[in-house]
Amino acid sequence: MSSLTVHLPSKKRKTYTWLYFLLPSIAIMLVFFIYPILLTFFYSFTNLALTGESAKELKFIGLDNYIHMFQDPTVKVSIWNTLIFLFGSAVIGQQVLGFLIALLMKHKSKMFRRVIGTIVLAGWVTPEIVCALCLYSFFGDEGTLNSIISFFGIPGITWLYTVPMLTIILANIWHGTAFSMLVFQAALDDVPREIEEAAVMDGASKWQNLTRIIIPVIKDTITTNMMLVTLQTLGVFGLIYAMTGGGPGTSTTTLPIFMYNQAFVNYQLGYGTAISLLLLIIGVVLSLFYIRSMK
Amino acid sequence: MAINKNRFMLLITILMCVSLLFGCSSSTGKGDSKSGKKTITITYRDDGIGEEGTLYKWIKEVSASYPDKTVEIKPTPIQASEGDYFAKIALALKSKDTAPDIVTEDTFILNSDASAGYLEPLDGKLKGWEDWTNGSFIEAMKKGVTASDGKVYGVPYNTDSRGLWYNKDIFKQAGLPEDWKPKNWDEVLDAARTIKQKAANDVVPIWMNLGKATGEATSMQTYEMLLYGTGERLYQDDSSKWIIKSQGILDALTFIETINKEKLGPPLSKVLNGQAGNTSSRELLPKGKLAISLDGSWITGNYFDTGAAPWPEYKDVLGFAPMPTSKGQEPGSITLAGGWALSIPSNAKHKDEAWEFIKYALNKENTQKLVIASGNITVRADVAKDPGYTKMPFNEIATEYLQNAEFRPAQDKYPEVSTQIQSMVESVTTGTSPADALKKYAQDVTRIVGADHVVEK
Repeated sequence: MSSLTVHLPSKKRKTYTWLYFLLPSIAIMLVFFIYPILLTFFYSFTNLALTGESAKELKFIGLDNYIHMFQDPTVKVSIWNTLIFLFGSAVIGQQVLGFLIALLMKHKSKMFRRVIGTIVLAGWVTPEIVCALCLYSFFGDEGTLNSIISFFGIPGITWLYTVPMLTIILANIWHGTAFSMLVFQAALDDVPREIEEAAVMDGASKWQNLTRIIIPVIKDTITTNMMLVTLQTLGVFGLIYAMTGGGPGTSTTTLPIFMYNQAFVNYQLGYGTAISLLLLIIGVVLSLFYIRSMK
Repeated sequence: MAINKNRFMLLITILMCVSLLFGCSSSTGKGDSKSGKKTITITYRDDGIGEEGTLYKWIKEVSASYPDKTVEIKPTPIQASEGDYFAKIALALKSKDTAPDIVTEDTFILNSDASAGYLEPLDGKLKGWEDWTNGSFIEAMKKGVTASDGKVYGVPYNTDSRGLWYNKDIFKQAGLPEDWKPKNWDEVLDAARTIKQKAANDVVPIWMNLGKATGEATSMQTYEMLLYGTGERLYQDDSSKWIIKSQGILDALTFIETINKEKLGPPLSKVLNGQAGNTSSRELLPKGKLAISLDGSWITGNYFDTGAAPWPEYKDVLGFAPMPTSKGQEPGSITLAGGWALSIPSNAKHKDEAWEFIKYALNKENTQKLVIASGNITVRADVAKDPGYTKMPFNEIATEYLQNAEFRPAQDKYPEVSTQIQSMVESVTTGTSPADALKKYAQDVTRIVGADHVVEK
């Protein structure tokens, strides 16, 4: 009986304690996350502008921003560009390349791992804008790449204007691959050696070893990494803005760039917020897809 | 005991939540320096040369001689491309914490910023300023700073005209007349074609700003110079509607398309970035790498000893031809005039002190110093007569072009329409057909101004 009376309040206390600990972070989430999202949601139904009369008196314009969004050919172009950028730099680039580097470094000497690891990490530790400027001067008209190829007698190419999408994809791969590499290194180290050895004893080839043992074992890491890299890439702004500004024309205008242009170059804040919600929805849909495929 | 613990936890939680808010409090007392002086901040656009800039030097010079020593004048430039400056200004003017005491406003956006409530009407203050009421300011220039509500929101300090700058040396080499005066667009294109054939390979035949990054320069110096030259306009004053489809728009875009198709224009890598304006006027033109440049009358300001790209020979090498109308129709040539003004933001902290400084900074002597140093045209009648001003090369001819000058629509939606013009021009430059670019322009402008305010021709 006595043990029961002591036990009850402690159980009751436990139910509330978690709430107290969470309150500060809930407050932060409310102020800096939920409130701006609700505000964005609200503004996306208005004609809010940066200057002019509608900057003073905003009007509720219903679904006009969204209707326009579906008629606007640049939105389609931007979604398409975002997907190419995402697929090229995140899925193919960072994910596959990061995995390959990690795989090739597996079981190699410490020295080798350290040197290669540091080189790859250099891109990751460089701040985004510095990285953009480095690659801008690499691909620029009188940049490093053109100097190198002109040494072999090949005339220079205006990389940022002839193949702009490729340059920003390569830039993002250079910047972000180290993250995937680190994630996969950790995962590969956890693949039990005995299983691999047993497979080799049974006569499994290297390819079979990779596809039947390693990949199934680290499947969850692949999905998690895919989700993280996708969400990171979806929001890339500074890199593209500094390198191509979304141009020439709209050839590298991804959704974040398009949103910025509408809100802060064309002064259409209301329309810009509507586009940001579209970006949010795309992010949520992709995340749900990945989370689903993990189960 | 358990309850006490709970309360303790609650207390800690509240304390932590409250402590979060401390980060949000704003610092007070900003804008006044420690010495007890009032600080008057002036915001303007720095195009990347910082303390070498004309406005910076001028502000420093004027504030050094400013008699009221109880205020300190502090330049607070915004370093941005022409396209970004106005958005940054709008954001700064929105809040009391970031608004400067004086801001330089391009007259095209003044009306819009005034309707947004960002600027302080100056009528009351202007009444008591003799210079304003005694005819020292050219009357026509006051229109540029008067918003649609009839109130004045700034004191103008310069204006400009636009035309075709050309390099006489390159013209001579290519066998073109040194005293060039094209009669229609075809003659401009023919000259460019001749230069492409006969001049060195690295000479750009004709430069026009064509990108979004060059902002208003693309709208005004390129597109509107072409559009108004076809006889068409952006806005119909009698019906108060924006023209979203016309032969004139197509003709203007086709001119741009021709320049790019025949590779008569600048390479995209040079013209589509925010530095493009500087590239043409400060690099290519002085180096003899550019034959014709459709640009503003102020570019000579760069070539003075005090300018960003000193070039003493410019007086003899450069020519300034009027931009012809499309087929040579009346009035034969066309120019657009703009200009800048000093305004006081509604959110400024020291409005009276700012006004006193503006009166001093824009008196005859100081205005003259600024327009001469920057290569602009003056808005003050007394400066226009001064020999120190009239002896400047090209000033007379640039002022002469002003007689036929057209102005941008004094509409509060103009800045938003203008950015759509820039997108349209860049899209044609990068390969979109004029018809498709026009279609998108019509759609975007309709959304911005509303279907009731557009007309097709």
